[in-house]
Amino acid sequence: MLSMFQWLEATYASVMDSAVGTSIHLSVWLFALTEAAHLLALAVVGCAVLIVDLRILGWGLTRQPVAQIAREVRPWLLGSLGGMAVTGFVMFTSLAASKYYTHPAFWLKMSLLAAALALTFTVRQWIVSGDEARAARPIAKVVAVVSVLLWSSVAMMGRGGLGYL
Amino acid sequence: MILRFSQWLEATDVSQALAGSIWTYPIVESLHAIGVAVFLGLLLVWDLRLLGVLFKRVPVTEVWARLIPWIAAGAVFMMVTGIALFVAKPVYSWGHVFFRIKVVALILALANAVAFHFGIERRVVDWDCVPIPPRAARIAGVCSIALWAVIVVAGRLIGYNWFPPLV
Repeated sequence: MLSMFQWLEATYASVMDSAVGTSIHLSVWLFALTEAAHLLALAVVGCAVLIVDLRILGWGLTRQPVAQIAREVRPWLLGSLGGMAVTGFVMFTSLAASKYYTHPAFWLKMSLLAAALALTFTVRQWIVSGDEARAARPIAKVVAVVSVLLWSSVAMMGRGGLGYL
Repeated sequence: MILRFSQWLEATDVSQALAGSIWTYPIVESLHAIGVAVFLGLLLVWDLRLLGVLFKRVPVTEVWARLIPWIAAGAVFMMVTGIALFVAKPVYSWGHVFFRIKVVALILALANAVAFHFGIERRVVDWDCVPIPPRAARIAGVCSIALWAVIVVAGRLIGYNWFPPLV
């Protein structure tokens, strides 16, 4: 695992080197803008996740079926998660071995992310692709709450955890 | 005048407490980032409805009525956490070029919302149920998304200190 992280970091460095030369300033700018793009994608994730979870909990667009709302925002969910993955991966490779490999907040964030993705694309997907009776079950409300909490903790681990600790 | 206010603010106990602890600043910043997902995420639903992209078959006024409590609560949350971040580092923030860009973009976003409210929204009964709202409403939606994107990017860049201070 460590050797893979080291290879990723070395690859990032060489790509950066050939793309922007040795200008430290430009590479720092690129990192900051990648971070900003990651944050913009977070807003879209918030949009696509919350509008469905709020609806399951009985708030938001209550006159539309859960399945219809989920179907409409699905491209936005997939697109924003893709954007998060790409920008997140770039930031990860920049310091893969020297910072993240030994960083507890990184592993915690990845574990929470894995849990959030697993929930979203299994149980939650089953709930939001069924009829109204399925989405009205108590278990659906529990899943919606856990979904919001998991995604929030992933976001907090990013800003507060990786950014500082 | 703002510089003197910032200097006075920085000397207060509240500012010292926010900036001094290794925990408070990252926590407040994380909450501000969560707010991006909640406030901007739901504002985006609204803007995309104005553009005729999302929830085309739901009346515009219904989307607004169902989302406004969340957007308003999110806005208050963003203001509280955002002001706390400013109070922690007032002099640094005021001297930061991207802080000023962010303030200008916030004012423009507010102006856009007011223009929408006193403009095309007054005739919303005429276009409430159309899938794609009139051009003026779509322009307001695009401006909102663009300005909020500038606000987010500028806000993130305030965290970097490689810009020469303006004051």
